[in-house]
Amino acid sequence: MSKSDNDVVITGVGIVTCHGVGKEPHIALLSAADVEPPKVETERFKPYPVHPMPEIDWSQQIAKRGDQRQMENWQRLGVFAAGLALDDAGLKDNAEACATMDMIVAAGGGERDIKVDSLIVDEALKRNDRETLLNEKLTTELRPTLFLAQLSNLLAGNISIVHKVTGSSRTFMGEEAAGISAVETAYHRIRSGQSTHSLVGGAFVAERADIILLVEGIRAHATGSWHPLWQRSADNGGGMIMGSVGAFLVLESRANAEARGAHIYATIDAVEGDRGSRDDGKLEQRLERLSMLALDADPAQTLVFSGASGLVDPTARERDVIQKTFPGATLRGYGGVTGHGMEAQFPLGLALAALALDGDLRVPSFDSSLEQPMPAPANRAVVTTVGYTRGEGLAVLSLNA
Amino acid sequence: MSDNRFTDHLGRPIIAVTGMGVITSLGQGLQDNWAALTSGTSGIHKITRFPTEGLSTRISGTVDFIDVPVENAVERSYAFARETTAEAIAQAGLSGDFEGPLFLAAPPVEPEWSARFALADRAPPSQVEGDAYDRFLTAMRQRPDPAFLEAVQFGSISERLSDRFGTRGLPVTLSTACASGATAIQLGVEAIRQGRTDRSLVVATDGSVSAEALIRFSLLSALSTQNDPPEKASKPFSKDRDGFVIAEGAATLVLESLESAVARGAKVLGILKGCGEKADHFHRTRSSPDGGPAIATIRAALEDAGMDETAIGYINAHGTSTPENDKMEYGSMLAVFGERLKDIPVSSNKSMIGHTLTAAGAVEAVFSIQTMLTGTLPPTINYVNPDPTIVLDVVPNQKRDQQVRAVLSNSFGFGGQNASLVMTLEPA
Repeated sequence: MSKSDNDVVITGVGIVTCHGVGKEPHIALLSAADVEPPKVETERFKPYPVHPMPEIDWSQQIAKRGDQRQMENWQRLGVFAAGLALDDAGLKDNAEACATMDMIVAAGGGERDIKVDSLIVDEALKRNDRETLLNEKLTTELRPTLFLAQLSNLLAGNISIVHKVTGSSRTFMGEEAAGISAVETAYHRIRSGQSTHSLVGGAFVAERADIILLVEGIRAHATGSWHPLWQRSADNGGGMIMGSVGAFLVLESRANAEARGAHIYATIDAVEGDRGSRDDGKLEQRLERLSMLALDADPAQTLVFSGASGLVDPTARERDVIQKTFPGATLRGYGGVTGHGMEAQFPLGLALAALALDGDLRVPSFDSSLEQPMPAPANRAVVTTVGYTRGEGLAVLSLNA
Repeated sequence: MSDNRFTDHLGRPIIAVTGMGVITSLGQGLQDNWAALTSGTSGIHKITRFPTEGLSTRISGTVDFIDVPVENAVERSYAFARETTAEAIAQAGLSGDFEGPLFLAAPPVEPEWSARFALADRAPPSQVEGDAYDRFLTAMRQRPDPAFLEAVQFGSISERLSDRFGTRGLPVTLSTACASGATAIQLGVEAIRQGRTDRSLVVATDGSVSAEALIRFSLLSALSTQNDPPEKASKPFSKDRDGFVIAEGAATLVLESLESAVARGAKVLGILKGCGEKADHFHRTRSSPDGGPAIATIRAALEDAGMDETAIGYINAHGTSTPENDKMEYGSMLAVFGERLKDIPVSSNKSMIGHTLTAAGAVEAVFSIQTMLTGTLPPTINYVNPDPTIVLDVVPNQKRDQQVRAVLSNSFGFGGQNASLVMTLEPA
């Protein structure tokens, strides 16, 4: 592909998963000879396994204790990962760049106060004036600051406060689709000259009974012990294992990046999201259409990073489409080793793909039942995310050669 | 590039508004809303949706006249959005699939308390303190409940709107708190300017008033406690204002490149001339005391519109009726408009409809366009005790017949969110 000034390039990567904090443990993961089973917490939310947050020294990215206290883990994780991305791009202390930087955050909602919720439902079991009880208890028990820790757009708000990113601040919602739209929107804004540099990403905390409860509404969550992604079946619950993930990217126009001498990990050639009914082969049709974005990629040099959630049916269907549309390409289901990061899933896939391309890495198989050894480093990467209930997205990245 | 009648000062496509729909506590549809708004009618009332005894705020601008299959925030927000979108698309003269992207401002949602109580009723008894969610999970494993999930999926409103109206691609669901409606419009404008589409469907909806939502804002001291009489509580720019009145509503705008609108013979209702935004890093709920980000936002909107401040004939204020907002907004407008500000009419729709939160920016954009179309300025009601430190022509208490051709509409929200829109009657 020929280069142009308004190419969208990745210049900053901020990742936190169960594998650790920052680029290094993830480069190690992507270049290991063999992949060990990832860290899984199987006791705390038994029977639901989740990939836990690694140990994090919050003060590395959130200097003020007061700021840390104003947030719960979901916002902390996002603010932390955003700080990593800014640091990595060399923009953390560039006040001018941060003040003009656009921001799109893919967000869910923050943590419930489990103690207060428990107190209320327990008391309600003994009373028949539940709504009155609710007023009494919420008025006296809710912490005012917790509301702000729960508000979706306050992850972005806290990034503005902590890192001074204030060019613009937009929060997208809607599970995995939020992360897809965030990248897609930032991409088109930069391509068209509406933005020169953007911070894009999201965070998700899996270690939350309130979230596990939601997805268990459709029995989506795997139960028991961890299984490799492509081997999950209805014998072990729904197949999805969630993971605590923070993933942010700094995206820039090539002109902006080159003018400041920034390191370019990869170019985003294309990104698109779609949605619709998944009945009667329509999911496959949409994924095949999205795959056309990578029409010119040489399969032998293409790495497909699938963000499949593990949910049994859509994961199998996505696998079949990828095998059909990218025969001979190297497939890696990254969610199998990080857990499903929901809003952060798609940005995480781009972050991992950028590291793999930039480092000329030969990514080990995450599930040897399906994933073949990678013969040589790739020059293109395809990142997919199929939402566990809706929404699909695909991005094509190329090596900045 | 095409005919320069259709491009703006930067050579970008000019964006026309060709369809509008609105619901507030004043009623359904633009016609009814406008009649009420220009007659100085308040939609604020005592809350009947849930008991309010013991609460310091017992009033709101809830929308209680749209039927929903189940009472929850997603069902209400969807139903409002469905109605306003049908209205806007009909006005735009479009039929069949919309065939453009959807940008939806929607409230963050959580399970209703009734759903938690229902789970508790079918869950095993408590073993240790604080184990409600373990018990909920046991109950959910025994009997899954897809409706429970769907009622808290942030993507479930746009899903249904997309299917119903045939929008294209992956819809964006967004929240920038009380600026959400304006941000949705901005995204719709940007998509057309990018050349990705000829038209965008912009929807903003909020049906999220519940006991917990009310109490949360109460605990932040954001709400008016002047409960009696309800219709007098919201008094933007008054000396005795004491908070906003929480409310519901929705609005839809069909945005279209002027070229596309003219080509298909659509009636152009107004022009979305410019959008501006700037985030604030001062505090989670308070704005920078110097108003810097709000000032930058207004200036950015004017610059994007290719206009200077002298062109603005009317301001549709954010005007929440909180002590802080109205003071900060006044200071910011004063910094931009200077001496001339006192001669520019500035009114707050929130004096009548309350603060429709996620929907506000779009609801007020619809009213801004209607202000220009009808040559009538809606009043700021309950303006009997002016704040002496805020010297504004708020169009006090009575509508005014006055033709304006360019309007500024402001939206500011928690989390440092600021967005402003500039709308004009004509393209040039």
